[in-house]
Amino acid sequence: MGEIDKAHIEGLTSRFFRAGIIFVGGFFALILSLGVSVALGVTDIKLATVWQAVFAFNPELTNHQVIRELRLPRAIAAALTGGFLAVSGAVMQGLTRNPLASPSIMGVTHGAAFALIIALVFFPAVSNLGMTLASFIGAGAGVILVFAVGSFSKGGLTPVKLALAGVAVGGMLSSLSTAISLHFQVAKQMSFWYAGDLSSTSWTSVQLLLAAGAVGLLLAVIISRAVTILSLGEEVSKGLGQNTLVVKALGVIVVLVLTGAAVSVAGTVGFLGLVIPHITRFLVGTDYRLIIPVSAVLGGLLLVLADMGARLINAPYETPVGAITACIGVPFFLYLARGERSGL
Amino acid sequence: MMEQLSLQNRSRFWWTMGSLLVLIVVMLLVSLNTGVVQIAPMDVMRTLFGFGNERQELVLFDFRLPTITIALLVGAGFGISGAILQGVTQNELADPGILGINTGAGLAVVVYIFFFQSSLANISGLGVYILPLFALIGAFAAAVLVYLLAWKKGVNPVRLILVGIGVNAGFSAALIIFQIKMNPQDFTQALVWLSGDIWASNWSFVIALFPWIIGLIIYSMYKSPVINILNLGDQMAVGLGARVERERRLLLLLAVAIAGLCVAAAGGIAFLGLIAPHIARRIVGPKHQQLLPVTALLGALILLAADTIGKNIIAPAEIPVGIVVTIVSTPYFLYLLMKTK
Repeated sequence: MGEIDKAHIEGLTSRFFRAGIIFVGGFFALILSLGVSVALGVTDIKLATVWQAVFAFNPELTNHQVIRELRLPRAIAAALTGGFLAVSGAVMQGLTRNPLASPSIMGVTHGAAFALIIALVFFPAVSNLGMTLASFIGAGAGVILVFAVGSFSKGGLTPVKLALAGVAVGGMLSSLSTAISLHFQVAKQMSFWYAGDLSSTSWTSVQLLLAAGAVGLLLAVIISRAVTILSLGEEVSKGLGQNTLVVKALGVIVVLVLTGAAVSVAGTVGFLGLVIPHITRFLVGTDYRLIIPVSAVLGGLLLVLADMGARLINAPYETPVGAITACIGVPFFLYLARGERSGL
Repeated sequence: MMEQLSLQNRSRFWWTMGSLLVLIVVMLLVSLNTGVVQIAPMDVMRTLFGFGNERQELVLFDFRLPTITIALLVGAGFGISGAILQGVTQNELADPGILGINTGAGLAVVVYIFFFQSSLANISGLGVYILPLFALIGAFAAAVLVYLLAWKKGVNPVRLILVGIGVNAGFSAALIIFQIKMNPQDFTQALVWLSGDIWASNWSFVIALFPWIIGLIIYSMYKSPVINILNLGDQMAVGLGARVERERRLLLLLAVAIAGLCVAAAGGIAFLGLIAPHIARRIVGPKHQQLLPVTALLGALILLAADTIGKNIIAPAEIPVGIVVTIVSTPYFLYLLMKTK
């Protein structure tokens, strides 16, 4: 008995150790990619200048101004947004035990975008904070709608049903958005929410993201243990004395805070919340105490890189960053769809 | 007993067909007299029989009637296409929109406009005939891609749908890349078209489309016994002597061709191909000899009604008909989703 315990603890520490290395390595890669992302652009700036602009700011230099006011907030916003979407996806996959769960597939991002369009059209003077709030409400409505369809349906929330419910809810919400934007002749401006775009981020957006992240990520870490147990099955979780309803409710709050904030800043960036948790689970195993922090770092890294691609592929024009994440995400989705586990 | 049942069934079928036809005629008259230019019902009748004034004749014959004809054709087409897909894949949730066929056709059309046409507004001459061709190519490319990606020692219906959703998302991402580069006016027009809108409302287009859609619909009705057999499941179908994979491919091809033509004429109208066969199945049951005609009429009726609603609900502005269809049918779709096992 003692030996088994010992082996178990050793296994646990080695897994924690491994996850720690991945986390730290990912974090350094993220910092590096942030630096490179800031350095590359229409006018390339040396990494050394980036360093100086951050730690020895000189307002006289144009390059320093460009870095401080334009590139740095954008890169940081990309990192935060990517991390948020990845954590949302991880929590959703854990709660629903469904490999296809993720913010973009489940209509959450569409809900947020819909609410944003309503806010922009009917209250043109809306503040940044107001937009974020609208985005929270929309994301919440989207996730609740999809979950409701799932829980009222016979035979529960299978991957196919989840995907179809997400497609239907997302389709309806984007139809409504299209109707509204056509009617008010703002379709082209609105397209940004559907393509995913980080070009209009400022320090205000970063502050908003940080505030939402403080709540959402903390809550995600707090419930991570419970999510791990819930991901083993409803019965197991109840048997161990967990109140599954509370865990699920907290999980939904995490998802809508993080996704809402991400969409209000970057529009609908698809597939990130699907891909990253899968990669993370492959790397660190099934413990959500490890999955959530590592997902956050890897998600941030991926979106910073994708945004770099968005700016550089067809410079000086921007390619929608949502299209780039889709290029990575669609093959991955197809791979999962072909997998054996996805039965109806 | 059996005979009585089938007799009952048959009379129910004819009753349904009759009522649907009456409803379509009523809807047609409503649709003819509403719009930006209001024409009184009596004047509509008078004009139809050749006694109207010039302006009324222009509005009715050159604008409204071609639109209505296309709405009827396309509605029937999407319905039939969905019915075939559902029957052949044994999956009640199949639909050309969900399987990515609409988006494939849409992408092809947007690419065509992007590279060969300066703008969507002045497509003229040959363009009217080349555009549907591109839509067809796109629809087939999407269908082949989905079929190949879903292939894994045979095609399992669930995998087909999931792969369709994935391919759909990929095409949408590609679409947005092209769309973003358009000027605002073209962008808006492309958006309207992609959401589903009967844009080609002139007689030359009706004439170009009519024989194909009607011909393919009639051919699919001729094929309905085969769909019945495939719908029983692969093992049963093999047992009954059907060449399952071959027949399935042929029928899939048929469904895709019809959907592609419809997309060419009216853009990516989603969910119509899903709900029309469902409602029809509830009324006349799963026999495709009866199901297909009822689905066709039902689809035509729904699309005509949606078009009339979209044109008038916030007049003088119009809502694309595809958006009306989606908003109305999504709740029904979600309901179906909850009910299926």
